[in-house]
Amino acid sequence: MGFFTDTSICIGCKACEVACKEWNQLEGDPIKFTADSYDNTGQLDAQNWRHVQFIEQVPDNNGVVFTPTPIAGGQAWLMMSDVCKHCKNASCMEVCPTNALMRTEYDTVYLQKDVCNGCRNCISACPYGVIGFNEEQGVAQKCTLCYDRLQGGLQPACAKACPTESIKFGYIEDLHKVADDRLANLQKQGYSKAQLYGRDDKVYGGLNAFFLLMDKPEVYKLPNEANATLPTRNNLPGYVGGVATAVVGLIAGLLAFRNGRMNGNNNNTTTPH
Amino acid sequence: MPPAEHFAAAPQWEWWILGYFFFGGISGGSYALGTLLRFAGDPRDVRAANLAFITSFIALLPCPIFLTLDLGQPFRFWHMLVDTSSGGLAFKPDSPMSLGSWALLIFGVFSFVSFLGAIAEVGWFRVTGPIARILRSGVGLVWNAIGAVFGLFICAYTGVLLAVSNQPVWSDAGWALGGMFLASALAGSTAFLLLLARSRRDVDADTGVRLETADRYFVILETILIVVFLITLAIAGTIDKVLGVWLVLWLVVIIGLAAPLAMLSSGAARRWPPVAAPVLALLGVLALRALVIFSAQI
Repeated sequence: MGFFTDTSICIGCKACEVACKEWNQLEGDPIKFTADSYDNTGQLDAQNWRHVQFIEQVPDNNGVVFTPTPIAGGQAWLMMSDVCKHCKNASCMEVCPTNALMRTEYDTVYLQKDVCNGCRNCISACPYGVIGFNEEQGVAQKCTLCYDRLQGGLQPACAKACPTESIKFGYIEDLHKVADDRLANLQKQGYSKAQLYGRDDKVYGGLNAFFLLMDKPEVYKLPNEANATLPTRNNLPGYVGGVATAVVGLIAGLLAFRNGRMNGNNNNTTTPH
Repeated sequence: MPPAEHFAAAPQWEWWILGYFFFGGISGGSYALGTLLRFAGDPRDVRAANLAFITSFIALLPCPIFLTLDLGQPFRFWHMLVDTSSGGLAFKPDSPMSLGSWALLIFGVFSFVSFLGAIAEVGWFRVTGPIARILRSGVGLVWNAIGAVFGLFICAYTGVLLAVSNQPVWSDAGWALGGMFLASALAGSTAFLLLLARSRRDVDADTGVRLETADRYFVILETILIVVFLITLAIAGTIDKVLGVWLVLWLVVIIGLAAPLAMLSSGAARRWPPVAAPVLALLGVLALRALVIFSAQI
């Protein structure tokens, strides 16, 4: 099971954020004034399991658009309801030392709060900045894809609340078909940069929460294929580097102590004071 | 080549982790140094080797405390070792944190036993004399060798732990971080042993000379790996993260690296107090870890 989020029809109403907080009893972060965007949620974290990104590709006071979009004459206000991607190859699961992060029967990634000990290794690994640390409870938190609602035969709260059906929930194979049709339709309309992200296995083996984007993934703070790398890629080179250094270090130490023994005099001296 | 892009959130690993990386490195490095002195050194080096084993255990003591205090749920520290979902052991070879937890536990046993032997050898606690006698034999050498492997692992895996992430700097440095931390730990441990050796009359003067030589070798190795680390960041396009305000810490690192070499070549440096170079080297070890840990998260 999973999500298909069609950003082309997101209107930024944040109903998904509200529904998520209400169902999952998330208090939300203290209100802050970002001063650079209409986005006052900021980011996904322990209290925000859905986050509607506002990507304002509009002219600044000098009339310059810093990141012109390929649509709408270079100006656009892109919106995207971001969420945990429930990756098929999940970086967070790879590094979690306690097995608090597990794969559910729905193929989603679930964080068991009673197992998590708050080491925050998953936060360092998640390439999407999805997981946050709940200071009060001392554990990591993220979207559960409304595991409890799924067990009751209900769809996740965000998908239920989305008024434009930008967030669609269902079986992944069915969602793939919907996404393919929608992409073909948009491209027929001239949106040549419209693309699916996480539909295929090029990004973390495929995402159970995948997206239709109207611009490059980087614009939405999503790593592109080249940057979508698993943390464990550094395991082997890291240990090999360590072993090589250990060998050189041991040889250096042996040389230092052996040389000293060969060159040293046999006086049984002690350090001067 | 376009720069690597990172959108990961920072794990907020801060002062406790810095403390662990420092003391863990000194502990593992000291054990390896003690073993080297036993294997390759002169019989007169045994006194320094005992000091190294004592240092290793004492430096290890704060490590589990720091790690536990850093957890959001400190009373669940044992979840690192026991899988509470299945009831079995929580051992995940792909996770450096999991491997490190086990390695720390096993190394603790080696370090503790060697500590018991060493304190009997130096005459602080004669009750553990039988352990000292066993460790003096061939069995002791095997024990030390295995312990040194775990000690070196403790020095290096912390770098791998950082690299196995999607954080800027850490993941970009890839294979360099583990080696750099290991070399730095060896240099720091040697500096600390030199500090101790210079404060005790029973440590042979020649041992001090040999330790100084080893220290210079380790410093050269560390310098090479720091250069490699910076090159990997330059290639990844994230070298800016470790510059700017972090240049202050780099200065401490450079002074720490230069001090042992300056003692050898500079006449002025030879007039420094004997503890100056080891203290500067230890500060450099701490600064290197601080800038790697903090620069990536800000």
